Amino acid sequence: MEDAAARLASDPRYIALVRKRGRFTIVLTVIMLIVYFGFVLTIAFDKALLARSVSGGATSWGIPVGLGVIALAILLTGLYVWRANRDFDPVIDALRAEYGA
Amino acid sequence: MRAGRFALGAALTLTPLSAVQAHAIGPAVQQATNWTAIGMFAAFVALTLAITRWAARRTRTASDFYTAGGGITGFQNGLAIAGDFMSAASFLGISAQIYADGYDGLIYSIGFLVGWPILLFLMAERLRNLGRFTFADVASFRFAQTPVRMVAACSTLLVVLFYLIAQMVGAGQLIRLLFGLPYGYAVVIVGVLMTMYVLFGGMTATTWVQIVKAMMLLGAASFMAVAVLARFGFSPEALFARAVEVKTALAALAGAGPDEAAAKGHAIMGPGGFIKDPVSAISIGAALMFGTAGLPHILMRFFTVPDAKAARSSVLWATGWIGYFYILTFVIGFGAIVLVATDPGFLDAEGALRGGSNMAAIHLAQAVGGNLFLGFISAVAFATILAVVAGLTLSGASAVSHDLYATVIKRGQADSASELRVSRITVLVLAVVAILLGILFEKQNVAFMVSLAFALAASANFPVLFLSLLWSGCTTRGVVAGGLVGLSTALVLTILSPAIWVKVLGYAEPIFPYGSPTIFSMPLAFLTIWLVSVTDRTGRAAVDRAGYPAQRVRSETGIGASSAHHH
Repeated sequence: MEDAAARLASDPRYIALVRKRGRFTIVLTVIMLIVYFGFVLTIAFDKALLARSVSGGATSWGIPVGLGVIALAILLTGLYVWRANRDFDPVIDALRAEYGA
Repeated sequence: MRAGRFALGAALTLTPLSAVQAHAIGPAVQQATNWTAIGMFAAFVALTLAITRWAARRTRTASDFYTAGGGITGFQNGLAIAGDFMSAASFLGISAQIYADGYDGLIYSIGFLVGWPILLFLMAERLRNLGRFTFADVASFRFAQTPVRMVAACSTLLVVLFYLIAQMVGAGQLIRLLFGLPYGYAVVIVGVLMTMYVLFGGMTATTWVQIVKAMMLLGAASFMAVAVLARFGFSPEALFARAVEVKTALAALAGAGPDEAAAKGHAIMGPGGFIKDPVSAISIGAALMFGTAGLPHILMRFFTVPDAKAARSSVLWATGWIGYFYILTFVIGFGAIVLVATDPGFLDAEGALRGGSNMAAIHLAQAVGGNLFLGFISAVAFATILAVVAGLTLSGASAVSHDLYATVIKRGQADSASELRVSRITVLVLAVVAILLGILFEKQNVAFMVSLAFALAASANFPVLFLSLLWSGCTTRGVVAGGLVGLSTALVLTILSPAIWVKVLGYAEPIFPYGSPTIFSMPLAFLTIWLVSVTDRTGRAAVDRAGYPAQRVRSETGIGASSAHHH
């Protein structure tokens, strides 16, 4: 096993997979962190900003922004799953076939 | 001023359950016995016991017991995870918070959602690829087993215990409100039923109870939200406008001048007292976000699916359901402002909600669906608590039997049958402890307990898992020291914070002024792990570092991982 792991670790397909997926998850994680902490810090520093009315009615900017953060969380999750299923899994399956389960 | 008191309670506490506590503790009046609700609940119990019987026949090995043999699909696991997260407390507590303060409730629920993408990007697949039963399997993968397992079991038991006490006390109070049953009965019923599920049906029964409850809760909440929106021609603007009108009228009634009343009415559309200073904002946000990625009973759910692909899709389903649920809760809270706060039938002489402030969603259920639906919603709330405590107990039991007994005491030589026996004994012990603590803490303010559980998870489990997975230089000594530092710092700072120092111990000024310790305790744990690891010159440290490449390959690809499929 140690041996197979060492050979796998130097396989160019494995190296490319880890690099690509690593970059992708870092980008997604950073987007989520910036958006969420940006959201709470906006509120901490200026409460009135999100209380402003969108178009003169009762609906404030806080509503679309808050729902937007929820939608973004789901969207980023979906984006990762979509890309992992499409790009990453086939590589892993190929490696698994070669290096054993 | 009532609203002011709610805002203060909401600002000092952290989670939906604590919102329930903060609100339920004062005015938890026992209601008249509600037979419709009890009948509906009995039907739910009959169904879940049938599930448990079915599950018991499929629970033979330790793997069946801890992880349902790894045979849960991504969709099912996603629903079960959502079930773990959508507690009665988040349903009643967040809708109550929106009823009282409006927009603050949404800020609160967003914090609970954003941990899921992080958990997916950084942990979910790696966990599935490396672990079998508990997160300690992953945290200790390349380290000396005994010390790392002991720290992980410690933090698991602490997190589970605080979470469990909060749930038991919440259950007792909620059931007294909803069913008109005495507190002690309620706690014992919850304890006994949850023991049956876990003891006989293990993870299979626990998962299916979660799934059934999640579907009931999502169905009921969808019905209420649609019923509310239908009254406003499906125009959220019309709903919000009417809610502002109602709050303005209520403020005027309470003696506010026209300008002040209008300001109070509009206040529900923007942030209020929940987020105060930037330090607390980041600290609470970090506890919610990274705590989610460190809760042992949540992490354990990733071992119930067959592979990394299913682990991935379970997070997508869970995030979708939980996000949808929080949007429903938002509509329900505003619906309660419009339909409950204006109906004298739901209010007492002073204009407060009958039965306590957590009753907003319950009264709304009656307003939109009549008595039968009220009974259904009450039964769903009870069912929800049961499912959550079952998951917690299973997680605590596996820390004792798998991490402490099988790995530390038996050095990995325990057979499946004896490991299973130890976990079942632990379930019984935990149930008795939970019932006793639930009764002991009846009159205590336990508002801090769930927020403490999240802070502990974010400060100990998350840094340990993160660095052991992603940093090759990490050593046994580093994770043990960092885990203990994270645990104790979070614990001590929480005791010195307003939630305990002022609200429980009764001192005038808190020593630690912020809402959550996480902004200090989590970085401190990371720093300790790093510092102790880089200065670690022991022989064990060399073994730990040498183990990284093999762990890395397996965590990235799952190659070498034992398949968790049914034998």
